[in-house]
Amino acid sequence: MTISMPDPSQKHQRREHGLMLALVSPALLVILALIVLPVGWLAWQSVYHDGFTLENYRRVFTEDVYWRSFALTFEISLAVTGIALLLGYPVAYLANAVPKGWSILILSLVVLPFWTSVLVRAYAWLALLQRTGVINQFLRYLDVISEPLALVHNTFGTVVATVHILLPFMVLPLYATMQKIPGDLMQAGASLGASPSLTFFRVFLPLSLPGVLAGCTMVFVLCLGFYITPELLGGGRTVMVSMLVSRNVELYNQFGAASAVAVVLLLSVLLIFFVVSRFISLDRVLGRQ
Amino acid sequence: MMRTSPARMALYVISALVLVYLILPVLIIAPISFSSARFLSFPPPSFSLRWYQQYFSNAAWMQATRVTLTVALLTVVIATPLGVAAAYAISQSKLRIMRIIHMALLLPLVVPIIITAVGIFFVYAKIGLVATMSGLVLANVMLGLPYVVISVLAGLQSFDPSQEMVARSLGMNRLRSFFAVTLPQIKSSVIAGGIFAFISAMDETIVALFISGGQYQPLTKRMFTALRDEIDPTIAAISTLMTAASFMLVLLASTRQKRSG
Repeated sequence: MTISMPDPSQKHQRREHGLMLALVSPALLVILALIVLPVGWLAWQSVYHDGFTLENYRRVFTEDVYWRSFALTFEISLAVTGIALLLGYPVAYLANAVPKGWSILILSLVVLPFWTSVLVRAYAWLALLQRTGVINQFLRYLDVISEPLALVHNTFGTVVATVHILLPFMVLPLYATMQKIPGDLMQAGASLGASPSLTFFRVFLPLSLPGVLAGCTMVFVLCLGFYITPELLGGGRTVMVSMLVSRNVELYNQFGAASAVAVVLLLSVLLIFFVVSRFISLDRVLGRQ
Repeated sequence: MMRTSPARMALYVISALVLVYLILPVLIIAPISFSSARFLSFPPPSFSLRWYQQYFSNAAWMQATRVTLTVALLTVVIATPLGVAAAYAISQSKLRIMRIIHMALLLPLVVPIIITAVGIFFVYAKIGLVATMSGLVLANVMLGLPYVVISVLAGLQSFDPSQEMVARSLGMNRLRSFFAVTLPQIKSSVIAGGIFAFISAMDETIVALFISGGQYQPLTKRMFTALRDEIDPTIAAISTLMTAASFMLVLLASTRQKRSG
C-alpha cells in the first residue's frame, strides 16, 4: 500500500494497517451489503432477464412516458434550482453582512426546517395550499379572491414545497463561500470610487460563484431524486422520475424497467458530480469544509 | 459602514420574506393540531386536544410509534460504534485505500434515496427480509452511518493523536488508551453523530415505504399512506410531536458540540 522508507518496525506497521482495516470493515460491510450490492443488483437486473437484453433501456429512451417524465424532472429541477438561488442568495448575503449575533439567528432560521421531517413539511404545505387551506381561506377572508386558487396537487405546489426543503442546501454553501471573501476587497473597490452596486457585481458576485455552483449542484441533484413531495403534492399529474421507479415496482411489477430508470437517474447524478468536480472540490458541494 | 440604500432595504425585505417562507410551514402545524375543527381552518376555531387523544388511543398509530422508536434506538446502538470505529481508522491510518473507504461511507448521502430504496427492496425480497424488523434496522444503520462518520471525523480533527501515543508509551494498551484518552475528548461529536442517526431513522420514509409492512410499519409509512388518502388532523398532532422531538434532540446535539469547543 503506502511505500515508506525501510522501517525497523515494518512488522509493527503491518499490524497497525491490519488493525485499522479491521476497525473500518464493519461499517464498510454495511455499506457494501446495503447500498453497493443493491445498486449493483439494480444495474444487473436492468440488463439481464433470462439472458442479456437492452430492451429496458430501449423503452426508457424511446417510450413517451419515460421521456416525458425525465424531461419534466429536469425542468422542475432547473426551476427549483433557479428559484432557490434567487431566494437563497440574498439571505446568504445578508447573513454574511450583518454582525455575528444576527447571522447566527438568520442561519438558525434557515437550518431549523432542515430538522423537520420532509413528510411533516409536505403535510404543512398541504394544509397551507389546499383549496380549503390556510392561504386560500386567508385570501378569501381579505376578499382578494372569490374562488379558491389551485395551489396544490399540481406542479406549482410541488415546486413551492421542494424549494422549501432544498433551500438550506443552497444557503449554507453560499454563506460558507461568502465568509471567505475578504471584506477589504469591497472597501478597496469603494475607495477607488466604485459604487456599491459596481463593487458587488465586479468583485463580490464573481468571488461567490464557487458557492453558487456548489449550492446549485446540491439542490439540482437532490431534486432529481425527489419522491415524497411530488407524490403527495403533485396530484398524480407531476410524475417525476422517482415516481416512475416506484410505480414500475409497486403497480406494474416491471422490475427491469424500474431498474433501468434508476440506473439512468443515478448515472445522471454521477455525471453531474463528475462535471462539477472539474471546477470545484466535491467536498465543497457535499458541505464539508 | 453602509447607508440604508434602496438596494439595502430590498435586501432586508426579500430576506425577511424568504425566512418567513422557511419558517411558516414549521410553525403552522402546531395550531392545526390543537384546533377542534375537522377541516383545517383559519383562524382556528377553538382549542382542543382531540387529535392527540385520537393518536394516543389508536392501536395502529401506537404500534407504528413503537416500531419507529425501536428502529431508531437500535440504529443508534449499532451505527454509532461502527461509525466511531470507522472514523477513527480513517483519521489515524495512512493507508491510501482509506480515502476510497471514506468516500464509500458517504455513499448513502450521494445516491438518490429512491434508488437505494428500490435496490434494497429487491435484495430483501430475495433473502426474505421484507417486512421484518431486522431489515428495517439494517437499512437505517446504513443510512445513519454517514452522519456518525462525518460528526466523529470533525471531532477527531481537533484531537491530537500523540496524546494517545503517550498513554500507550506509559503502558496502556490500544483499546484502553482509546477509551481513557481519545473517547472522552470526542464524546460530544460521538453523541451528536448518534443523535443525527436517531433523527435520520425517525424521519426516514422512502426506504420504509418499500421494505416495511405488516406489523413492522414505522410511523412515517403510516403517515404517508394516510396523507395520500385524506388529510386527517391526527397527522398534525403526530407531526407536532415528531418536530418537537427533533428540535429537542438537535438542541441537545448542538449544546453538546459547543461545550467541546
